[in-house]
Amino acid sequence: MAQLEEVSYEQYKHLVSERALTGETMLLNMGPQHPSTHGVLRLLLELDGETIVNAIPDIGYLHTGIEKNMEAKTYLKAEVMTDRLDYMNTTGNNLAYCMAVEKLVDLDVPERAQVIRVIITELQRIASHLVFMGAFGLDLAAMSMFLYCFREREYIMDILEMCSGQRMMTTYFRPGGVWRDVPVEFDSAVRNFIKIFPARVDEYEALLTKNPILLDRLVGIGILDGKTALSHGVTGPTLRASGVNWDLRKARPYIGYEQYDFNVPVRAEGDTFARYIVHIEEFRESLKIVEQGLEKLKKLPNQPVISANRRFVPPPRAEIGVSMEALIHHFKYWTEGFPAPKNSIYNAVESPRGELGVYLEGDGGPKPHRVHMRTPSFDNLSVINKITQGHLVADLVAILASIDIVLGDIDR
Amino acid sequence: MDKKLEKIVQALQENFGTSYEEFRDEAHVFVKAENIVEALTLLRDKFEFELLSALTATDYYPQETPRFHVVYQLTSLARNLSVQLRVAVNSDQPKVPSAAFVYDTANWREREVFDMFGIVFDGHPDPRRILTPEGMEDHPLRKDFPLGYEEPQFTFNYDDVDLKKIYAKE
Repeated sequence: MAQLEEVSYEQYKHLVSERALTGETMLLNMGPQHPSTHGVLRLLLELDGETIVNAIPDIGYLHTGIEKNMEAKTYLKAEVMTDRLDYMNTTGNNLAYCMAVEKLVDLDVPERAQVIRVIITELQRIASHLVFMGAFGLDLAAMSMFLYCFREREYIMDILEMCSGQRMMTTYFRPGGVWRDVPVEFDSAVRNFIKIFPARVDEYEALLTKNPILLDRLVGIGILDGKTALSHGVTGPTLRASGVNWDLRKARPYIGYEQYDFNVPVRAEGDTFARYIVHIEEFRESLKIVEQGLEKLKKLPNQPVISANRRFVPPPRAEIGVSMEALIHHFKYWTEGFPAPKNSIYNAVESPRGELGVYLEGDGGPKPHRVHMRTPSFDNLSVINKITQGHLVADLVAILASIDIVLGDIDR
Repeated sequence: MDKKLEKIVQALQENFGTSYEEFRDEAHVFVKAENIVEALTLLRDKFEFELLSALTATDYYPQETPRFHVVYQLTSLARNLSVQLRVAVNSDQPKVPSAAFVYDTANWREREVFDMFGIVFDGHPDPRRILTPEGMEDHPLRKDFPLGYEEPQFTFNYDDVDLKKIYAKE
């Protein structure tokens, strides 16, 4: 039988208070196998009774060496790895990576592809927030939320499957555009979702927003002020719930976000409830963008969805059958890849969790010299010790759920 | 380059004698290792770069001097600007002063760079590994660290592979 090992004080001496030495406070492990840690996160808690004195996260249980693996693959094949980072926001990761490659090699993207990218990214944002909402409800004992949210998420998963053939690991966006045009049934499927979803968001609000039990557990818990948040590199909804109006879609518009009319929800309180409300409001804003995207898509029928710059884009399937050069190009493109300049760029997009940045460095050859993914959950989690101090263990679960971490995003 | 950014790059040049490169509208400013904490403090306090977006490194092995570049990507929310600082370090003693007291986020990011590249950050408050297990001695993102793999175990090579497993050596 496995022996329970005591957590040694020596190793964490510089992180916990002196009271831990005398045994006045208790050191306790939470996780890595714990349902409310959203994956395999280990938290070392220093407890005074049931009050948290320190919460020290221990990460790396899901480390898969994605950055190292990407260095050994061509620019195209490396994209497949990005899906596995933040598995709730797969197309968003593809987008960040593709935009980085496009910036590095200076590649254009046709307008129709941009619009498709916006629609898919915003749908994925809704899907990611739905998982947040479900898990958040589940952690606060509102069991049915999880079922409702996953029911709605299925609509989006179906749309992604319709476009790319995959529910989650899509790799739908490619450097220069998207893999292929959206199918004919795409429009009606998205419109159906737009019709159903607003009423469902109202349902969630009816269940949670004014629920007195929930309010008792959320209001005034885990307060994070804007300055601490920025110093800790916290971005995304968590930052916006702390009163800082910073959204990369507005501040530095990419893929044509400047043409869409939407608001950025900001709350000043910085507590767990504010973070929840920001997520709820982002449902509605994302839906607005999707609706406008569909209108734009209608105005651009039969237009290319991938760049015509054949240096970085494969030849169309129809050409391969009749053109010798296209066949040679196809073969060389998929085996050798394309070269990129010996320089580095940094490109950031707004993922559902915050600033998802890609640092990409080429070495003149077909493989990246260095890829670094600046993942938002990593920095968002680093603030957990500051905002949980003085709260109860049960509040820690609520706070952890509200900052919306994904362990695949943290550990890479 | 952006006019507003030009001023900042000039200020860095005057104070620390930095050089800079430009690529795709991005400014990469090269700072000496001993100046990095002051440079970051200057950018944070005087030029409102509140957010340290990314802190990473890259390895140029087999090139030895400088072998590593430590990269600091800074964002200013108030001015909507970005600037990148780069610190070149040699391989014999990869040491950089820690920025953990300037930006809190540098605490974990520097632990990650230490873990992956073995670059020591002087004065770091919590110099432990972060992603790889305790007791690991290598630094996986260095270019001289091989990208290894495990041989798949099939029926025809079951015993051969079994002998190489860690538990076979005990």
